Amino acid sequence: MNPAYPSNPAPPQRPGLKRLARLVWRHRILYLMLLPGLLYFLIFRYWPLWNAQIAFRDFQPTLGVWGSPWVGLQHFLEFFRSYYFGQLLANTLVISLAKIALGIPPAILLAIALHETGRRFLARVVQTVSYLPHFLSWVIVYGILLAMLSPSEGLVNSGLRALGLEPVPFLTSTATFQPVVVLSEVWKETGWSAILFLAALLSINPALYEAAAIDGASRWQQVRHISLPGMMDVLVLVVLLKIGSILDAGFQQIFVLYSLPVYSVGDIIDTWVYRQGIQNFQFSLATAVGLFKGVIGLVLIVVANRLARRFVGSGLY
Amino acid sequence: MKRAISRSDRLFEWGIDAFLIGVLAVTLIPMWYVAMVSLLPFGKSPSLFLPPWEWSFAAYAQLIFQPTIWRAALNSILLTFGGVAISLTLTVMAAYPLSRRDLPGRGFIVGLILFTFLFNAGLIPTFLVVKDLGLLNSYWAVLLNGAVSVYNLLVMKSFFQSLPESLEEAARIDGANDWQILRHVVLPLSRPILLTIGLFYGVANWNNFFEPILFLSDRNLMPLPVVLRDILTGLNVAEYVEGGAAQAAPAEALKMAAVVLITLPMLLVYPWIQRYFTKGVLLGSVKE
Repeated sequence: MNPAYPSNPAPPQRPGLKRLARLVWRHRILYLMLLPGLLYFLIFRYWPLWNAQIAFRDFQPTLGVWGSPWVGLQHFLEFFRSYYFGQLLANTLVISLAKIALGIPPAILLAIALHETGRRFLARVVQTVSYLPHFLSWVIVYGILLAMLSPSEGLVNSGLRALGLEPVPFLTSTATFQPVVVLSEVWKETGWSAILFLAALLSINPALYEAAAIDGASRWQQVRHISLPGMMDVLVLVVLLKIGSILDAGFQQIFVLYSLPVYSVGDIIDTWVYRQGIQNFQFSLATAVGLFKGVIGLVLIVVANRLARRFVGSGLY
Repeated sequence: MKRAISRSDRLFEWGIDAFLIGVLAVTLIPMWYVAMVSLLPFGKSPSLFLPPWEWSFAAYAQLIFQPTIWRAALNSILLTFGGVAISLTLTVMAAYPLSRRDLPGRGFIVGLILFTFLFNAGLIPTFLVVKDLGLLNSYWAVLLNGAVSVYNLLVMKSFFQSLPESLEEAARIDGANDWQILRHVVLPLSRPILLTIGLFYGVANWNNFFEPILFLSDRNLMPLPVVLRDILTGLNVAEYVEGGAAQAAPAEALKMAAVVLITLPMLLVYPWIQRYFTKGVLLGSVKE
């Protein structure tokens, strides 16, 4: 090994600025390489963190972040006391939880079916097709939803009419908006989330299945006693991580899908922050709400990750 | 290996295959129906199976003769390729040093980056940064704000770490510096991950519609997804149906034709890129 480039930092027997400086100088090219990326994070991720202090100030654009007067927790209290607080939190949690509860079983089912089918061609086609929606933007999915659900021309509503039923304005009715949000997410992401479960299945030792078959286990029994337990770790991991980001109910999706009539059931923390901040210029209030969400989110994700590491042995980071 | 198939196992297999075909149908029927509506002639009502002699390409004709669409397409292409170039360069240049275990301060810097993944200041403080930088209404805002994805950076870093160290050491003994090692040793070995991450960035940029809405106000700068959204919400359908109403396409056909036109480039490259995506998600899914 070239002594000029130890693969580990030299043993700390001779700590000192001089030694550190030499070590840094030796890696100057690497630091130079890192510089643009680091600048990116400092400017676009850490500078906003600095700006977030306007949550505690009464931000006025003419005075700037630094010159606006401090108001303490006023914006937070205003939000907690407002009528929106409960509604936003409820919508966010309901939509998020429904996405977890209704999203994971189809993904598991799909992974099992892909793993169990004897028709390789069918499996390949289904896999390719089921990933596809993941790569469509929510704007495109909105177009597809209009084709399916619009009251005048939508496929579902023409079906309802054929059965002699009244057409339903799915996207603009408070009764159907949340189900549309959840089911469209399931439609879009099931194939993609099945990948992880499929990977878990593929890592199960095939000898287990052979032994079970010889002992007379039916295919269904093999799924129940080998495949499902084999996916438990991944399942726990997926659920924990989703709970860690439970306050992200899908900003882009709802931003595209919602409209005035369904604000009461569709508005989530992120969409409200956008409207209050960017559209109504309530910068400080919107920042306070965003910060509230960020802090809760941080705690949740750290806890979820710790739990994942404890129970599964691996986590997100 | 042949075994006797019991009746319950046969039922199981039928169930499995029926489920898979069901998944196929549920995924494809909506897309098929969109294509059918886009071909709808004036005065007809949409159906799942439109006979080919009734197909009308009027909606497509109306769209592709619109300068708005062309400008938006050019904007989208610019943002997609520009975005991939910037993002990939920044990601590689940050991931390589961080993959080197002997870099002093590496843990601290990784921590700094990871923190931004776990906690972000939110929409408004970020908007203010872009505003203070004077980037509002400029593509730099869209290109730079989301330039590096922490997730992609970490995937790239762990790929670099998995390369055999002996190769780099050999190059070093031959007198190569870190730039040369990255360019001539590491990058040629990293083609699969570069492609995967590049494609992730490409799709994200092609689909990006929120940041343009947030940061751009000039309608001439808007990329395809924003124009599509406006068409779908009926904001500017009138703009596309000027001219004779008789041979014009119905508004529904126009909307769905716009959906098809914007999805088409993705659909064309998708069969080739699909397998790379899968590798990417598996590589980056779980960190030990």
